[in-house]
Amino acid sequence: MKRMTLCFALATIVLGAVAGFAGTLIKVDGSSTVFPITEAVAEEFQKAERGRVNVTVGISGTGGGFKKFCTGETDISDASRPIKPSEVTLCAKNAVDYIELPVAYDGIAVVVNKANTWVDQLTVEELKKMWAPEATGKVMKWSQIRASFPDKPLVLFGPGTDSGTFDYFTEAINGKSMASRTDFTPSEDDNVLVQGVASEVGGLGYFGVAYYEENQDKLKVVPIIPEGGAKGHEPTYDNIKNAVYQPLSRPLFIYVNKASVKKPEVKRFIEFYLKNGGELSKEVGYIALPDLAYDLAAKRFAKGITGSVFGGQGAQIGVKVEDLLAKEK
Amino acid sequence: MRTSRVADRAFQVWGLVATVSGLFVLGWLLYTVFADGLQRLSWNFLVSFPSRKPEQAGILSAWVGTVWLMAVTLAAAFPLGVAAGTYLEEYGKKNRLAGLIEMNIANLAAVPSIIYGLLGLGLFVRVLHMGRSVLAGGLTLAILVLPVIVMATRESLRAIPPSIREASLALGATKWQTVRHQILPAAMPGILTGTILAMSRAIGETAPLITIGALTYIAFLPAHPVMAEFPFLSLKGLFDPFTALPIQVFNWVSRPQKAFSTNAAAGIIVLLAIVFFMNGVAILIRNHYRKKIRW
Repeated sequence: MKRMTLCFALATIVLGAVAGFAGTLIKVDGSSTVFPITEAVAEEFQKAERGRVNVTVGISGTGGGFKKFCTGETDISDASRPIKPSEVTLCAKNAVDYIELPVAYDGIAVVVNKANTWVDQLTVEELKKMWAPEATGKVMKWSQIRASFPDKPLVLFGPGTDSGTFDYFTEAINGKSMASRTDFTPSEDDNVLVQGVASEVGGLGYFGVAYYEENQDKLKVVPIIPEGGAKGHEPTYDNIKNAVYQPLSRPLFIYVNKASVKKPEVKRFIEFYLKNGGELSKEVGYIALPDLAYDLAAKRFAKGITGSVFGGQGAQIGVKVEDLLAKEK
Repeated sequence: MRTSRVADRAFQVWGLVATVSGLFVLGWLLYTVFADGLQRLSWNFLVSFPSRKPEQAGILSAWVGTVWLMAVTLAAAFPLGVAAGTYLEEYGKKNRLAGLIEMNIANLAAVPSIIYGLLGLGLFVRVLHMGRSVLAGGLTLAILVLPVIVMATRESLRAIPPSIREASLALGATKWQTVRHQILPAAMPGILTGTILAMSRAIGETAPLITIGALTYIAFLPAHPVMAEFPFLSLKGLFDPFTALPIQVFNWVSRPQKAFSTNAAAGIIVLLAIVFFMNGVAILIRNHYRKKIRW
């Protein structure tokens, strides 16, 4: 009897293995920043397809996502920055051609404590004074940033080094991606950063603008004066959308494997994404691109133009994706 | 005389303080989780897929994934762990090599779980081509908890008096008969306690599952194991992609909108309920074995 059950179990395992997974599946993985948008699009797309197509979304991070994408494991990769040279090489090695499509903007908000009365706005240079690698252990007081600031301790909070936000902020402020002072309190969880700044009078931190919007009662946002600019801008919806909030707004992307586009369901999914992505990204706390950008992206997709408009060099600061896409023609 | 009595009393008070402070922290945690999450808990929450709208989002794919994972983990880790522990304790020679193996098993139990995730990614997902499936996830968790089960097995076997073994052998039983009918049943309560602890660790793991590529958004379930036609049982679900409760909770906690953290709290309550249920079953089995021992 026992032997029979064992044989039975083995037989079912073999049968199961042969059968494998049936049904159409679109595999997406990558950035956890882009995740909420792709989740929303996947949810609506599956509804529209009445369950004929399944979409799965992972959060391996932008880099982790590209590792899977460039070996052909996934159809689509979520990315909070453009593809990097090492990833371009990996994709080329595996003959994975990709179409780069911008889907939304994200702003990085710089925030201070509610009780902070002295900061009205900050220049990029002042932010650099705080966050530059040389500041480690030296710039510890607000008075060192601007002479008129009080002699209060400067307590810094920021995302961990694996985060795309850290990548972008360091590039935009310190001029070099990943170059940052090391004596700040890092956390991969932005809600922890919110708590940190909210409980330190001398606290300052940066994270995605959605986390500021949800915590306006606890935090004060700092208007940022771009290099060479005279006036500070807050990370409002319109300021980010119209590329006025610089240099701390960045485009978010999806990368599509060109071979996957041959599957009709992937093609339908991308078309659905570019059509509804703006509205849905707004709903989950991001900023929709201008309509022109979605139109240009749709054209790029229809033509099947591969490669990155950023030349495979990673993040660029202060660019409008619609300008880059328009240049292409 | 007097000082030793004072020391006696002091230790008792210290023990009480330690117990109460532990319970207080646990109680506080439970209170905050229940206060946040209880209102969100409903039938709909259990049978809905994740959604961008927090009030419509549910944990169906997450809890079903967790149940699948635990079944695979238990099915793989329990027989392997008990067999390995029994071999090391009852059959293997006690030499230098055995000492080295023992030390390594103890060390393995303390290795961070992400390392096991990398091992699972290399071995199960890539080399054995299981893909990012329930099977790969369950087996990865199985390796993670294996050292705990091996050690629990060895400890419980060691606690059985040698006289039992000698009596059984003297009555003409073979070594296998002795192990099968005397030693293992007597050790089972201890082994099961170790297994409960091991499984309770496995159910909360997030890092190794994300490493091997568990998903976060998935709105369908692994193929159902029970079928209407022959052979009535299908293990196809083992090869399907999945998510798990801790991953869903982790994702919700990190979202900016407050309503998602309420969802996370409700998810934690469900996770706790599954742990309680699992442990309850193990305790029932343990009591069953305990009653059988009559020496």
